[in-house]
Amino acid sequence: MEGQNKLASFETAVLPHLDAAYNLARWLTRNDADAEDVVQEAYLRAFRFFGGFHGEDGRAWLLGIVRNTSYTWMQQNRSAQLNTPLDDEVHDVRSDDMNPEALLLQKADAQTLRHAVEELPLEFREVLVLRELDEMSYKQIAAVADLPLGTVMSRLARARKRLQQILTSHTQTEVLS
Amino acid sequence: MSCQLTQEFLHAYVDGELDLARSLEVEQHMQNCQVCASAYRNQTALRSAFKDSSLYYSAPEKLEKRIRSSLRREAKSEAGRRWFDWRWFPVGVMALILVLGLVIWRTAPSLRPSGDEFIAQEMVSNHVRSLQLESHRTDVISSDQHTVKPWFDGKLDFAPPVKDFSGQGFPLLGGRLEYLNNRAVAALIYQRQKHYINLYIWPAEESNATSEVATKRQGYNLLHWTNSGMTYWAISDLNGVELHEFARLVQEAQ
Repeated sequence: MEGQNKLASFETAVLPHLDAAYNLARWLTRNDADAEDVVQEAYLRAFRFFGGFHGEDGRAWLLGIVRNTSYTWMQQNRSAQLNTPLDDEVHDVRSDDMNPEALLLQKADAQTLRHAVEELPLEFREVLVLRELDEMSYKQIAAVADLPLGTVMSRLARARKRLQQILTSHTQTEVLS
Repeated sequence: MSCQLTQEFLHAYVDGELDLARSLEVEQHMQNCQVCASAYRNQTALRSAFKDSSLYYSAPEKLEKRIRSSLRREAKSEAGRRWFDWRWFPVGVMALILVLGLVIWRTAPSLRPSGDEFIAQEMVSNHVRSLQLESHRTDVISSDQHTVKPWFDGKLDFAPPVKDFSGQGFPLLGGRLEYLNNRAVAALIYQRQKHYINLYIWPAEESNATSEVATKRQGYNLLHWTNSGMTYWAISDLNGVELHEFARLVQEAQ
């Protein structure tokens, strides 16, 4: 593909996923300006690698690049955030008891939920955002986050569990105060 | 299905990623288990919370503009890189050298006088000088080819063919020893009415015969050819037709 031709087909295939790209970068970096820089950089990288894209899932392909670009960016700018690797072998999935969380969740407003998700570790945040906001299948998430399918499932479970804990503590504090 | 297994599959079930058989088992278990049913309600509540809360960040408009222009720049510089690819640089240099060499090789011979032109120039000078004084004209004065031919013997490393053409109107006047084209050559002088013809002869560098080549220099007609291993140059102020006639006589005599 040459010059203008390549640009035109790239814009058709990849540019429509700009919102998805920005959403993921925004959730991973948790900052507007950083997300914009990351997305621009990711689009440039995607354009350079466009020869290797064969028209499968344009969104998943782009989001994979956005994720990698975000990680590289965070490594260069705030390495501290990445220093908490997750152990996917730990099974804290088991929900302990019958709890009042369902009730609390329904009361949780958008702002509370947003803060709760932002508090999640990076690895939990990304699978949850891809699942709940981009409504991606496990297979797509596995492709974007470069994970085995089984790990996607267990991470999602743990991410939701953690999110519930965060929400519970938030709402309980609110109720108490 | 146990509670532990049910809750392990619960997320896949909520996400619609569980196969049909397992989905039925999960549903069956939840009908009889309040704990797992409640966990399920938690999950659906969480999902709908996400759906309702519009947590999705949309890209700012200026970002799209920014990306479009940076892509255009990138496409342009990529096109530039393709045009000038360093991998092809050595090949380009080689090609350029080859082309230059070819051009020089083809044009150089035309920049300096070729061998024949150089000889022709020598011929004219020699011819003019030979006519300036009667004494220069011949070293051996004889119209007899049997006198002239032996005269060259011992003076040259070859035996030039000598023929008199008095019967055809080109009487032989005599012969001379000359130094031309970096070697000793035989010069025979013939006459055609008031015109003199110098015929220079020396062994040819190449044995194959070539037909007559006519040139004109300073008003003199020149003809040269190669025949029977000898190179012949005839020069005269005689007209081209008659000089050609003379050349034919010389060639036929051999």
